[in-house]
Amino acid sequence: MGFESLRQSLLAGERVVAFTRADAELGARLLVWPDDGRSEGTLTDPDLDQAAAALTTTDPLPATGLREIAGAEVFVETFEPLPQLFIVGAVHVAIHLVHFARRLGFRTVVVDARSAFATAERFPHADELVVEWPADYLSRLPLHANTFCVFLTHDEKLDNPALQVVLEAGVRYVGALGSKRTHGKRVTALREAGLSAELIDRIHAPIGLDLGGRKPEEIALAIAAELVAVRNGSAASGR
Amino acid sequence: MLDVLPDIDRWHGAGLKVAVATVIRTVGSSPRPLGSKMAVSEAGGIAGSVSGGCIEGAVFEEAQSVLEDGRPKRLRYGISDEQAWAVGLTCGGEVEVLVERIGD
Repeated sequence: MGFESLRQSLLAGERVVAFTRADAELGARLLVWPDDGRSEGTLTDPDLDQAAAALTTTDPLPATGLREIAGAEVFVETFEPLPQLFIVGAVHVAIHLVHFARRLGFRTVVVDARSAFATAERFPHADELVVEWPADYLSRLPLHANTFCVFLTHDEKLDNPALQVVLEAGVRYVGALGSKRTHGKRVTALREAGLSAELIDRIHAPIGLDLGGRKPEEIALAIAAELVAVRNGSAASGR
Repeated sequence: MLDVLPDIDRWHGAGLKVAVATVIRTVGSSPRPLGSKMAVSEAGGIAGSVSGGCIEGAVFEEAQSVLEDGRPKRLRYGISDEQAWAVGLTCGGEVEVLVERIGD
């Protein structure tokens, strides 16, 4: 019941919550897509469907398990795609960040227009390496709510148009490397490009948890730590 | 689910009926987390798992009637320490699974 829709969503990387009756109406199922409020199927009772759908408006989504909903015993199952991380800028820090991020369960993609940096020799460990203008590449992709984006180029031409793409797409995390002064210039440019202050404010800058490190691998670790904090909804993420 | 999807697709592609068992409740330490799946085809194929090996055989048997009549089943298994020891597990918990036919 609802299998084909669930199958397609999982392959497309969409978030889905499946509600399945585990009581007398065994097997009756409602699927809810929390990111657009879509639903399919029924638990055989409109009030129950409504109560179930209301559970998918929380962040994080409900944990997988049996629970009582409006007097019915329902198995709730949350399907979340693997978090994906886009690293814009095939720089030194990125090499270390790919190591940490992959070990921490992120599907990791490195994007840079500069073919001298974005080489398979430097990034044999990335899930994907893309040599293209980051904004062009990112605007073609389904950026889901479990997408994390890190900007490391130090180059406005590469960073800013791509920042605009991911901020407008509503991804889970956006962080950008750079000093206060660099970030100030970035904020001005994005504002001039027409982005709202609210969206611009979603950028984590300075990027990473403050671990006091300066070496590329220490900066990469600080960024990886921030990604984990955001993924887990920890207060350490500063949001 | 993603782990068993390739097998399910292959079986459906071959025109076979498929049932899926899902872990919906566990008590005590159990080897497979909630939501773990085992898929069974009417030709006897098995993919995935719902325990460390102690209840797969029993679930496979139960899945045959689900494949036949399409009526889902909720099954409950206690894993005694003795049985668990026999299959090399240290668990002494309890597992419930929901078995249903999919893709009708």
